[in-house]
Amino acid sequence: MLPLFVAIPLGVGFLLPLIEEFRDRTRLFSLFVLLETGGLLALSLIKFGDKGIYRMGGWAPPFGINFVQDGLSSLILVVISGIAFVTTLFAITYMKEYENLGKFYGLFSLMLAGMYGVALTGDIFNMYVYLEVAAISSYALVGFNRGAEEIEASFKYLIMGAVGSVFILLGIALLYGSVGSLNIADISVKVSELPDDSFIVLSTALFIVGFGLKAAFIPFHSWLPDAHSSAPTPISAMLSGVLIKVLGIYALARLLFNGLNLPGIAPSILTWIGAGSMFIGGMLALGQKDLKRLLAYSSISQMGYITLAVGMGGILIGQGKPGIATLALMGGIFHLVNHATYKSLLFLFSGSVEKIFGSRDLSEIGGLNSVSPVSGAVGTIGTLSISGVPPFNGFWSKLVIVIAAIWGKLYPLAGIILFTSAITLAYYLKVQRQLFMGKSTGNVSESVKTSAGLYIPLLILAICCIGLGLLYLPEIRGIVLKPAALALQEGSEYTKLVLGL
Amino acid sequence: MTGMSSIVKTVTRWVSPFIFAFGIYIALTGHLTPGGGFPGGVIIAGCFILLTLAYGKETTFGLFNLESSAVTDSLAALAFLCMGFLGYVFGGGFFNNFIQSGFPGTSFRLLSGGNMPIINLAIGLKVGASLFAVFAYLALFRAIEED
Repeated sequence: MLPLFVAIPLGVGFLLPLIEEFRDRTRLFSLFVLLETGGLLALSLIKFGDKGIYRMGGWAPPFGINFVQDGLSSLILVVISGIAFVTTLFAITYMKEYENLGKFYGLFSLMLAGMYGVALTGDIFNMYVYLEVAAISSYALVGFNRGAEEIEASFKYLIMGAVGSVFILLGIALLYGSVGSLNIADISVKVSELPDDSFIVLSTALFIVGFGLKAAFIPFHSWLPDAHSSAPTPISAMLSGVLIKVLGIYALARLLFNGLNLPGIAPSILTWIGAGSMFIGGMLALGQKDLKRLLAYSSISQMGYITLAVGMGGILIGQGKPGIATLALMGGIFHLVNHATYKSLLFLFSGSVEKIFGSRDLSEIGGLNSVSPVSGAVGTIGTLSISGVPPFNGFWSKLVIVIAAIWGKLYPLAGIILFTSAITLAYYLKVQRQLFMGKSTGNVSESVKTSAGLYIPLLILAICCIGLGLLYLPEIRGIVLKPAALALQEGSEYTKLVLGL
Repeated sequence: MTGMSSIVKTVTRWVSPFIFAFGIYIALTGHLTPGGGFPGGVIIAGCFILLTLAYGKETTFGLFNLESSAVTDSLAALAFLCMGFLGYVFGGGFFNNFIQSGFPGTSFRLLSGGNMPIINLAIGLKVGASLFAVFAYLALFRAIEED
């Protein structure tokens, strides 16, 4: 069943532009994509928790290509499918006035295929190919509006993304040259037998830079605010909600933990890059006036939390504290799930705000609570979740990360996390004051205020924001988050799963 | 007169059929010799690009325009995917080589390798059509700028 995750979006991605060449059937396209994402969501929920590998063409690893499903990839599949489904639901109403929707949904499906591929593949070169499939479709999608600003953002994203891909490819080449294998599990066996690890160190550095560019860690972040704020709103939600996580931190963590057996100081570097992104991203977000740009900078900051937690897990494994390491990794993965929900909620919300007021400049718009109470309530839930106010989900994941930092005696990190939380709260309070309170500014679109197609997706995500806090409960955490964290932590389990040793 | 000088046109007329045939050869014998669908497709697209450069875009676009390249591109990709699904149906797994198990053929002959020649052909068409489409789009944008 696993290849269906890649094959279905790939098929839809090529079918829709083909149909569009002959007939422009917007409704048919939306229905197709809704069925596709809905079906994939159902499939990912049915398959949740399964463990196993799929041999492409029946060839056994390490020579054949294979798909691997373990605790972590199960969770990532559900996150991708869930956000993709809600985003499609939103796009059906939001994208109505656009032309060339066949190409839009086609590229959207190709991006999905690439992300599913990255989440499932057990082979580093395939990971690179899927990564490029997802990245190249996203370059095109960012420039979909074809305005000057969008094209510029798309071009910047293309150049930075291509530089990142070159780093990753060079890392893969060096790794392949030194161990002679492309299968992640096989690499992990061979790396531990290698007498001289200088090439491993070099390729690790290349991977951190390459995937860091994809994930927009702080020295490599300059493309993200432009790209994520210029893309059509559903795409912004996909990019910020899922793409940077799957292509960036998931792929990097999979390689470092399962493939390279956590070389030397890599976890510490990851941790401090995470801490830097978190803090500087937050500070940069404080000064933003454009709602979407603010959300984009906040994505950089929130990615920092995830990276910090994952790196901290690596440090704690190195110190021989596996219990706390699991906690840190669980915190990171929990925050990844949470950030996917509330950041896509906030981006979709920013789209509906733009439709209502015709602008997204925070100094020009205001009084949302009186103009559209539903929208105001949903946006409030989103902003409170991301600022880490209890009982919303963002609070619980930050709590787990802070507890792990304190138990692991990494006090400076705990301090930075708490301080950044305060900054996050500050800039979302600014949004609260300017957008939700304030005075309403005359020209409000009445038709948008009552459009169910725009609100139902927002409501679904808002419910998720409240409900996902339940993952903190030990019983549910044990089923959902713990297998995901252990998939990273127990490298030997992964090897056993793939190679059957 | 569109296109380049008559020397270039004559040489192109002479070599382009060979380039085209060579592209098809590389794509078809991908399972036997170095090469395969991708390089074969690139060579086929190269033949069209050479024709466009020598004779001007009007001549080539009469043979193969943007729409037909987009359609070929999507159809070839779908054909490739179909081979994967047929592997599911007949071979019990995605991309399983079901023709090979039923009809192994003689080793090192053209009719061997099962699914591979068909898959290579699909890839060749896909790559050829999409590379040509990229070139054609660039040529068209140039034309819009000149107007």
